[in-house]
Amino acid sequence: MKRHNIQLDKNGRLRHFLTIEGLSRKLLVEILDTAESFSGVAEQTIKKVPLLRGKTIVNLFFESSTRTRTTFELAAKRLSADVLNINVAASATSKGESLLDTLHNLQAMHCDMFVVRHDRSGTAHFIARHVAPHISVINAGDGRHAHPTQAMLDMFTIRRHKKEFAPLSVAIVGDILHSRVARSQIHALTTLGVHEVRVIGPETLIPAEAEALGVHVYHDLREGLRDVDVIIMLRLQHERMRGALLPSEHEYFRRYGLTGETLAYAKPDAIVMHPGPINRGVEIDSAVADGPRSVILEQVTHGIAVRMAVMSMAMSSHASLEGTT
Amino acid sequence: MTPLPDIDQLLAAMARNLKTRLDNLHVREPAMVGIHTGGVWVAQRLHRLLDLTQPLGSLDISFYRDDFVRIGINPQVRPSHLPFSVDDRHIILVDDVLHTGRTIRAALNEIFDYGRPAAITLAVLIDRGGRELPIQADVAGQHLALDSHTHIKLTGPEPLALKLQTVR
Repeated sequence: MKRHNIQLDKNGRLRHFLTIEGLSRKLLVEILDTAESFSGVAEQTIKKVPLLRGKTIVNLFFESSTRTRTTFELAAKRLSADVLNINVAASATSKGESLLDTLHNLQAMHCDMFVVRHDRSGTAHFIARHVAPHISVINAGDGRHAHPTQAMLDMFTIRRHKKEFAPLSVAIVGDILHSRVARSQIHALTTLGVHEVRVIGPETLIPAEAEALGVHVYHDLREGLRDVDVIIMLRLQHERMRGALLPSEHEYFRRYGLTGETLAYAKPDAIVMHPGPINRGVEIDSAVADGPRSVILEQVTHGIAVRMAVMSMAMSSHASLEGTT
Repeated sequence: MTPLPDIDQLLAAMARNLKTRLDNLHVREPAMVGIHTGGVWVAQRLHRLLDLTQPLGSLDISFYRDDFVRIGINPQVRPSHLPFSVDDRHIILVDDVLHTGRTIRAALNEIFDYGRPAAITLAVLIDRGGRELPIQADVAGQHLALDSHTHIKLTGPEPLALKLQTVR
């Protein structure tokens, strides 16, 4: 029996956005196409469309973030929604209130959407199971599990540069083990049908089950980068590491840092991506991060349009909910 | 029922009427904007017939609709593109069928988010009546009095054809 996907409504439309896993290629392409339309809003003198006027969106961040939170906030504002930013370190949970009580209180304030980041995997799913039926939940990163909007903005950036996914070889380099971004990217890339996904990193930072996700594992950077079209560099997630997984940052850079020399192994038109924040001289050399092949800042810009798309699509699903009652 | 009009004749008449109107108003360098999808097809032809110098713009008003809370987002929405400065310009807004006026209301709002035009002229291929807002066409190819059960749709882009359908 097909398991009910909590992310979809009865018409198969996006209701929550928690993970890429289990979503169809058609739906992912729809997100990319909708984001393409929203990218035009930035050309307007008044960079706003009235789509979510009167809706209230809560950014519920239990873990620090600058880029993700601000681009979610900008995306919501460009859709004319009202935005509440809740910094949980300074809020009620630190006074002993449970997560569900915090949620129920926010729900009582007539909020329509929660954008959630938490250091525990599964938090966004947990919230989605417990909110009122008219509320959408967007996962802005949960522990080591998923960061679906980041993966979709990466797909958007790749499509802008490479047009088609089918012929591409994509390398994800670095701390795959602790990276929710890598997990979501792998699901998105395989769902969109790329030719090959490679993960490159030291054995201690590649999950044992990586090959089961349909990727090829490399421990040698040069070998792994050979003839790839897209290179995605990841940050070492020291905050999630338990024990000594690495000899030193200097040693890591020597073996896995992307430099002009190692970049030369990829295709001449390969693009270099990074979800940020970048650590110069640890996983990437400044000359590459600021170089002509880098699309790192474009990723940030595209994050706004992609988040606008996901938010409005999830709110549309409620539209059909209201329409049928 | 009246037979459906010949589209090329309607377009030629619309172009003549638009030219007279723009001349009378002493408009210099107007810009034309079509509303997706049918309005863009009509606008492409009028743009050619009038030999306008400014590139043609297109609007997808999906993000400005007033029924989002009822029907949600249109999955086929395309980016709007106005390849000229809207400020102080005379805009010719083009759509295929004028009915309730809600699409035009949305288009006007969207245009004003790009700037403050000097004026907007509304040109439509078919005015089918049934307005719900105080919006009228300045130039219409043809007026058709259709009851609310009859849908009229422009198909295209090549060739353009009008289709009538009765829905009960």
